[in-house]
Amino acid sequence: MEMIADAISWCLIVPGCFFLVTGALGLLRMPDVYTRMHAASVIETLGATLLVLGLIVQAGLTLVALKLVFVLALLFFFGPVASHALAQAALHADVKPVLAEDRRSRNLDSGPTGLAGSKEEPSP
Amino acid sequence: MFYVATGAVLAALMLAVIRAIRGPTVFDRVLASNTIGTLAILLLASYGFLTDRPEFLDIGLTYGLLNLIGTFAVLKFFRHGDLAHDIAEDQEKSRWK
Repeated sequence: MEMIADAISWCLIVPGCFFLVTGALGLLRMPDVYTRMHAASVIETLGATLLVLGLIVQAGLTLVALKLVFVLALLFFFGPVASHALAQAALHADVKPVLAEDRRSRNLDSGPTGLAGSKEEPSP
Repeated sequence: MFYVATGAVLAALMLAVIRAIRGPTVFDRVLASNTIGTLAILLLASYGFLTDRPEFLDIGLTYGLLNLIGTFAVLKFFRHGDLAHDIAEDQEKSRWK
């Protein structure tokens, strides 16, 4: 029984660590804030979840496993909230995303719904 | 097994700190600090398992909560200029424009 738990947690922890390191590398190599946010969410979703699942298998049916489930729930709810707030704040502060070609200029004349819609409103 | 987990978390932590130091805009630093917060929870969890000290998880949970609040405070400060900015008042002004 112990062997199975070890094998399962090994299969969970090693990919989790792989995604942790690749997410962190992506954090360094990506050109601008928005793509780095993508890399950072790789860490939070895949890396952290696999690692914590591996630890849950190791902990078995104890209180520690319950705390790890709380950690999973915490990461599950907080990841998107923080990323959304960060992206909106960066966009509001006019941090330009690095685009191959800026398609937003085409939306300027197409109508109020595009991103340009929020630009016409007088910024404080 | 937990050596692998702790080692990977430490490596990712170092890379996130490098991004925090090098980040040109303030939002890179906020993103890096958010990632460092998440990695801190994982470090606490895996180190707690390494040394058979399960109470590290409580610290990790508390730190996770505080990390989000800190990120929101910094973002609100850099978005509105000061922390006391009233969002409802903004919506009042810009409604049905």
